[in-house]
Amino acid sequence: MSDMLEIRDLTRRFGGGRTIFGTTKPQLTAVRGVSLDLKRGETLGIVGESGCGKSTLARMLVGLDRPSEGAIRLDGKDLTEGGAKALAARVQYVFQDPVSSLNPRHTIRQILEAPMKHLLRLNGSERKKRLADLCEAVNLNPDFLVRYPHEFSGGQAQRIGIARALAAEPDVVVLDEPVSALDVSVQAQVLNLLDRLKRERDLTYVFISHDLAVIESVATRVAVMYFGRVVETAPSRKLFAAPLHPYTDLLLNSAPVPGKQRLRAGGDTGELPDPYNPPSGCAFAERCPRVEEDCRRIDPPLEAKARGDDHRAACLHPLPAD
Amino acid sequence: MTTIILKRLLAAIPVLFGLSIIVFLMIALIPGDPATAILGSFATPENVAALNADLGLDKSLPQQYLAWISGVLQGDFGRSYALNRPVIDEVLERFQATLILAGASLLLASIFGLLAGIVSAVRQFGFADKAITLFVLIGISVPSFWLGLILIFFFAVKIRLFPASGMEAVYGGGGFLDILHHLVLPAVTLAVVATGVIARLTRTAMLEVLRQDFIRTARAKGLSERRVIYVHAFKAALVSVIPVIGIQAGFVLGGAVYIETVFQWPGIGAMLVNAISQRDILLVQGGVLVVAASYVLFNLAADVLQVVIDPRLK
Amino acid sequence: MSETAIASPSEAQKSKARPRRPSAFALLLNNRLAAFGLVVLVLVVASALLAPLLPLADPNATDPANRLAPPLSDGHLLGTDALGRDMLSRLLWGTRVSLAVGLSASVIAAFAGSLIGLIAGYAGGRTDQLLMRFIDLMMAFPYILLALAIVAVLGPGLINALYAIAIVNVPFFARNIRGITVGLARREFVDAARLSGKGPVRIVASEILPNVLPTIVITLSTTVGWMILETAGLSFLGLGAQPPQADLGSMLGEGRKVLFTSPFVSLVPGLMIFLVVLSINLLGDGIRDVLDPRLKAGALAKPSARTAVEKNRRWPETKKDETSDAVLDVKGLETQFRIGRSIHRAVGGVDLSIRPGECLGLIGESGSGKSVTAMSLTGLVPSPPGRITGGKVLFETDDLLAVSDKELRALRGGAVSYVFQDPLATLHPLFPVGDQIAEAIRAHQPLDRSEARAKVLDLMRQVRIPNPEARMEAYPHELSGGLRQRISIAMALANDPKLIIADEPTTALDVTVQAQVLKLLDGLRRERGTAVLFITHDFGVVSEIADRVAVMYAGRIVETGPTAEVMANPAHPYTRMLIDCVPVMGEPERRLDAIPGRPPPVDDLPDGCAFADRCPRAAADCRSGDIAMRDIRGRIEARCLHPLSPGDALRGAA
Repeated sequence: MSDMLEIRDLTRRFGGGRTIFGTTKPQLTAVRGVSLDLKRGETLGIVGESGCGKSTLARMLVGLDRPSEGAIRLDGKDLTEGGAKALAARVQYVFQDPVSSLNPRHTIRQILEAPMKHLLRLNGSERKKRLADLCEAVNLNPDFLVRYPHEFSGGQAQRIGIARALAAEPDVVVLDEPVSALDVSVQAQVLNLLDRLKRERDLTYVFISHDLAVIESVATRVAVMYFGRVVETAPSRKLFAAPLHPYTDLLLNSAPVPGKQRLRAGGDTGELPDPYNPPSGCAFAERCPRVEEDCRRIDPPLEAKARGDDHRAACLHPLPAD
Repeated sequence: MTTIILKRLLAAIPVLFGLSIIVFLMIALIPGDPATAILGSFATPENVAALNADLGLDKSLPQQYLAWISGVLQGDFGRSYALNRPVIDEVLERFQATLILAGASLLLASIFGLLAGIVSAVRQFGFADKAITLFVLIGISVPSFWLGLILIFFFAVKIRLFPASGMEAVYGGGGFLDILHHLVLPAVTLAVVATGVIARLTRTAMLEVLRQDFIRTARAKGLSERRVIYVHAFKAALVSVIPVIGIQAGFVLGGAVYIETVFQWPGIGAMLVNAISQRDILLVQGGVLVVAASYVLFNLAADVLQVVIDPRLK
Repeated sequence: MSETAIASPSEAQKSKARPRRPSAFALLLNNRLAAFGLVVLVLVVASALLAPLLPLADPNATDPANRLAPPLSDGHLLGTDALGRDMLSRLLWGTRVSLAVGLSASVIAAFAGSLIGLIAGYAGGRTDQLLMRFIDLMMAFPYILLALAIVAVLGPGLINALYAIAIVNVPFFARNIRGITVGLARREFVDAARLSGKGPVRIVASEILPNVLPTIVITLSTTVGWMILETAGLSFLGLGAQPPQADLGSMLGEGRKVLFTSPFVSLVPGLMIFLVVLSINLLGDGIRDVLDPRLKAGALAKPSARTAVEKNRRWPETKKDETSDAVLDVKGLETQFRIGRSIHRAVGGVDLSIRPGECLGLIGESGSGKSVTAMSLTGLVPSPPGRITGGKVLFETDDLLAVSDKELRALRGGAVSYVFQDPLATLHPLFPVGDQIAEAIRAHQPLDRSEARAKVLDLMRQVRIPNPEARMEAYPHELSGGLRQRISIAMALANDPKLIIADEPTTALDVTVQAQVLKLLDGLRRERGTAVLFITHDFGVVSEIADRVAVMYAGRIVETGPTAEVMANPAHPYTRMLIDCVPVMGEPERRLDAIPGRPPPVDDLPDGCAFADRCPRAAADCRSGDIAMRDIRGRIEARCLHPLSPGDALRGAA
């Protein structure tokens, strides 16, 4: 399989620059030099806690935000090259909050037709056919097209959000926490729907979540983010079976598992470094049980360790395979 | 604390600069020949020539501004041709009277507005709330200049409790009590609108705060209702009420124009109305600049107070 | 495939059968004050519009012989002014002018201000900065003073006064609309529109403007009155309408000259201004209430200090010995919300009991009533609209629903304390966290400041807050989510409670932080023997911390038992299905069986089992009567007529 999407040294800074008095404004780096590849047909899971930069990364992938440095290439061409519309026709986005991603004053039909009109320039009868197809794809009763978003529950609204993303017939769909706003009983409905759509329509997913169990169940490959960087990436099975990075290990051990009681000791307060004043070495060093003196000096690059070329970690002292 | 004040002061400089430009441009924007327009009936050719030289109207706008602002910074606002005295003397004299009136009104409005707003919120839908709501509604709908006339007719003409006009008695006036006696009617009239607005916003702010989660926490801690409302809720509500009081200061300063005219209070507002009627533009310029600058400083104080109460704003 | 169609036909019909929301206009008329304002305004506007057609005297015809005639005199219903002109005629013609000028100024200000606000708010960056600095500059002038300056430049006159008032009101619209636009421009549906290929102009026009329009209307309706007042004011000062043209303000200005002899000449035009402005303000408030959804829901009602309790509430009688050792024993608790005409039975008869030192996990989806149950225990549900209509909350020997306010206050934060979900919202933003803990201590213990401070430091150490001396001076926003929640826990421990009610205390936290907070809470409750009622939606969390678990659905507990037993072999099909539909770490290949349909709305609960419509085991008997909790396998209780045995499968359910 070829690399469809190449992300190279992507960095996004907010703030900075100078005020009119010449003093510098505080600067925050949300994404720090992220490189990732996405292969056709795979589901890349991106997992991390709040403030790790996963949503900023997602927004850059669909062109809602621009990188400060680095490049994103789709089939070898820079993303921004063909303009926003060309990009939107290839890469689409599903939002976390399904209700607020639908304009309260538009009907479902208006919402679903917008990408067909503005991106694909379909005429009336083509749009009609397409709408019927979409409704069937996401199990939406076509009578509901005349309704307004507030008349739908979260799960229903998320199906509409998915239909909107599919309306433009994209190749890649970026899903930003698509089920975290939903109740657990509805989560499964949406996850199953996404799974079927992917198979039926030959889609490629970038699936972002803070929920490790969800990521494990959907992703073929996983990237773990911490403080703006990818600290570990590997095929899903390998990563969940034996992580390299101590942070991944902490994440896996922190997630509560139904039916198991296994609270573990640890003096970790979960404090992140100050994003306005990042440390020079590894950002996880302060919390890391395996920290050594060199960790505070060297910010380790993401590289293959002894587990094959597809399992990489940004750590000087990775965990051994048990 | 000092750094906050310094920062805000620094931030006020561009505002004051902008103000001065707008006020300066008043002359440039006058349709026709400014000197003739300003001098009106005093416009002899010599006067026009003198004023033209005074204003530097033959120079470019930036040069004119530089000349004007350096004068202003030294207290030279030009000369009032109608009054035949330096603008700065007249303005400062008048400004004192306005400060007394506006200050008293704002104090009245803040005290009664806050009290009424809290009572109204705490007794929501009760008799006190309804009475206050009605007063607020009337307060923000009644024309203050008309209310002033009615109060004069009733309190000064009919029952002769307060004087109808002026700031001090013609003979032997000028003492503190005498000024206070003259102040009651205009200050109350001027305070009515601001009291209504402050009361209304305090009520809304209190009701919004009382729905917040941290109020539930205060109750879950077992605090008395008195403490919940007057400490926890009130402090949070103040954060949104203080800027309103700041804005009301502007309305009171502006509203003084009517009240000073109605009560013949010798303030800057009445002066401005006369000056505009007589096209005494330099006097208008000076008056507007001084009042606006003092308003900027007042808002700066309100800003600082808000930061003191709400550390999130730092 | 285990997905379900968005709605079954029955659901679609149900939503159709529900009463439709009344129209905005009907709502407006329901508001008596607004309706009064509308009637008065219509009358005033109609008579002003019809002035040319009415049999009125010439408003400008002077009649010195008949000057200052009193009202009701012959031929002059409202008397005459100082020049003998007919007051009634002048009043109506003057109203016409005032209304026209005030409205024009408002429309100009609304249009220009909204345009600036939309552009600044959507464009952001430099454009925004430039435009808003200019608006700020205009607002740096005391309101009417800027209008005076403009009139000073343009010269007195009605049209110039109109421009002046319009210009000075532009900033109000610009600021308001910009604020709303900035908020909207960040909303996800605007991003969605961008991804749908819409350009900036189209987004502003079709996505943002429709959502901003209500705010424009509200701002307009609440400022029109003010602008009419101010134009009249300029005329009153002699800077607006010039003779012989007259508006209400200039009439009042003329009347002032004869105030002492004929107060009536001032009274009439002033009263008219007052009436016009009052009616517009009443109507404006009404329009705001209709268009502002926050007010529409009646959400601004002040919550009482304690939930209202129905006087003749009932509770089920039980044998005494059964629960005598419980620290908390809840019997048949019912809490309702009355919203409009519908009654939401959020909690419909909940029984709970917690023994000393025990942790009971109360689990359910959103809307199941678990949080309302927790809040009801000490009367923290806001009333209105909440109301406890039945049940008993026995804490040791007291019924918390019946104790006096004073006793309840002593218990709250004393023997019963709370930890809430989002510590940023539940801690007071304007007090240092140390003071907030100290306050909780001093509300219940007679300690002086330094004793309280020592206790605060001790508590902060117990919840493992590093560097407590410095942290106690911090404000909540200066701490991380994990530290904030530790502060909440310290506050809950302040008075050695017998029971801690923790309402989703870790839901807002990241997983690594959640693990730490859970561990802390678990350690503390074991050390101190404190009972905990732990509310969550997460089976994983419940497994970590709870000894027993109670599953809630549609306002009732449907299953309860020891955590391990319920997790391994649930008896109620809902519990089974809820466990099965969640992905579990370590089991990526497992099929996720979604639960079809949605929970029934709590204002329209079905007869019988509330889960029957979604249950694969439902039979005819599930749909009638009240289904009681029953013992199953001796360890579990479930509210089900056809409970599962261990090993029973639910496959093919959906």
